[in-house]
Amino acid sequence: MSAIYILWLRELKRYTRSRVQIIASLGQPLLYLLALGFGLGPVFERAGNGSYVQFIAPGVVGMSILFMCIFSGISILWDRQFGFLKETLVAPVSRMQIMLGRTLGSATVATFQGVLVFIICLIAGLRPHNWATALPQAFVFMAMVAITFAALGTAFGSVIKDMQGFPIVMNFMVMPMFFLSGALYPLSHLPSVLTVITRLDPLTYGIDGLRGSLTGVWHFNFALDVAVMAFIAAAFLSLGAYFFSKIQI
Amino acid sequence: MIRVDNLVKTFGDFTAVKGISFDVKQGEIFAFLGPNGAGKTTTIKMLTTLLKPTSGTVELDGLNPMLQQKEARQRFGIVFQDPSLDGEQTAYENMELHGVLYHVPRKVRTERIESLLKLFELWDRRDSYVKEFSGGMKRRLEIARGFLHTPKILFLDEPTLGLDPQSRNQLWSHVKRLNETEKTTVFLTTHYMDEADRVAHRIAIVDHGQLIAQGTSAELKASTNTESLEEAFLALTGESLRDESASTAEGMRQMARMWRR
Repeated sequence: MSAIYILWLRELKRYTRSRVQIIASLGQPLLYLLALGFGLGPVFERAGNGSYVQFIAPGVVGMSILFMCIFSGISILWDRQFGFLKETLVAPVSRMQIMLGRTLGSATVATFQGVLVFIICLIAGLRPHNWATALPQAFVFMAMVAITFAALGTAFGSVIKDMQGFPIVMNFMVMPMFFLSGALYPLSHLPSVLTVITRLDPLTYGIDGLRGSLTGVWHFNFALDVAVMAFIAAAFLSLGAYFFSKIQI
Repeated sequence: MIRVDNLVKTFGDFTAVKGISFDVKQGEIFAFLGPNGAGKTTTIKMLTTLLKPTSGTVELDGLNPMLQQKEARQRFGIVFQDPSLDGEQTAYENMELHGVLYHVPRKVRTERIESLLKLFELWDRRDSYVKEFSGGMKRRLEIARGFLHTPKILFLDEPTLGLDPQSRNQLWSHVKRLNETEKTTVFLTTHYMDEADRVAHRIAIVDHGQLIAQGTSAELKASTNTESLEEAFLALTGESLRDESASTAEGMRQMARMWRR
């Protein structure tokens, strides 16, 4: 237990100590929120879908959590390179504990990042439909998205051996997951191929959960989103644990 | 304390270690020398549970490191060839993290961290980030950390690589002191023959995955009819140069160095 705690704490320290990085990582969500949110806003409204900022804000929160998780997962590569990974892997603790400590650490950090972006969204004009239920529900989805993708990040970080693999992960796994999740556009009335793909994307359910909780507009429903996210979280955690246990040093 | 019998490791059709056997007694400082690519690091990896031997047996303090991995790991400390510190944490936090991972009780942990950091002259810098440390300070911290959980065996894989003579000298006197006061068995590799000559009680020389000689420094010199350990080493292993293929990790490290500039 204490091993999990100390590695969790390490992730938190790393996050809070790099203030520049916190600000830098707010840049991208901010750009999406402001440039797309206000840029496409008029078109979106003319199409009869209401405020685009309101629509895109949950997507941007989900995106910032997703990216934060993947970056934390990739930090396994840096630890491998600077040798710290070895220090943890020869310690008399199980790989499972090390993996859990790291993964829960990045999930915590990513959730915090999500909350920060959420606050920015509130400033930009997001208005939850019902504060009392929206906040706790949204938080549940943020945490679930964070755990799911932190585990996926750990799996990526364990599998790829050097930084050349990183663009492949970003361009062929992470970016598609974001663009096909319904973070930027409504999932109804899509071409049927896209409908199938968006339904296979794990992030879709997290974003729908967040959007439903915050704005009251669901594509699926609360129960389905929670169930699917819980299932995917369990699957990705197992996957992450498996690949992490296979790391050779 | 360490007993190795007919240890073999093959990677595909390449045999890195070809049937090495040796014994290290409790409290001994044992130097394991050899040219690049002789199989030193592969042997250390097998001794420290990081690599599974193809055949042969290893015994650490009576334990089989492959079957009783956690118990074995609790009993040894290791300082790797390349650094393994967390640069984003302070010296003290690095020690603390190690203590927690090795189940050192809080009270003992606090006391030992303080005494070891003082011994290795890092106490004043305990709250500085490790990334700000010089190469010598990092090494000292790693060795201090290796001793934190009072291991019975300490493995040092080329600990003085890239250090100036002052740091090397000081480092070995600390290791010798702890070897005497805590009766820690030390298993080391190095390319500096003068260090091995001065520090080690017994020396083994490996080449091409085989143990070609072992004994005290005096014995090795006598058997090869040479004046210094370096000459003895060259007499035993020949003058030809060895090539070692670069690993991915080494490539990455080079890249990181470029990035930081």
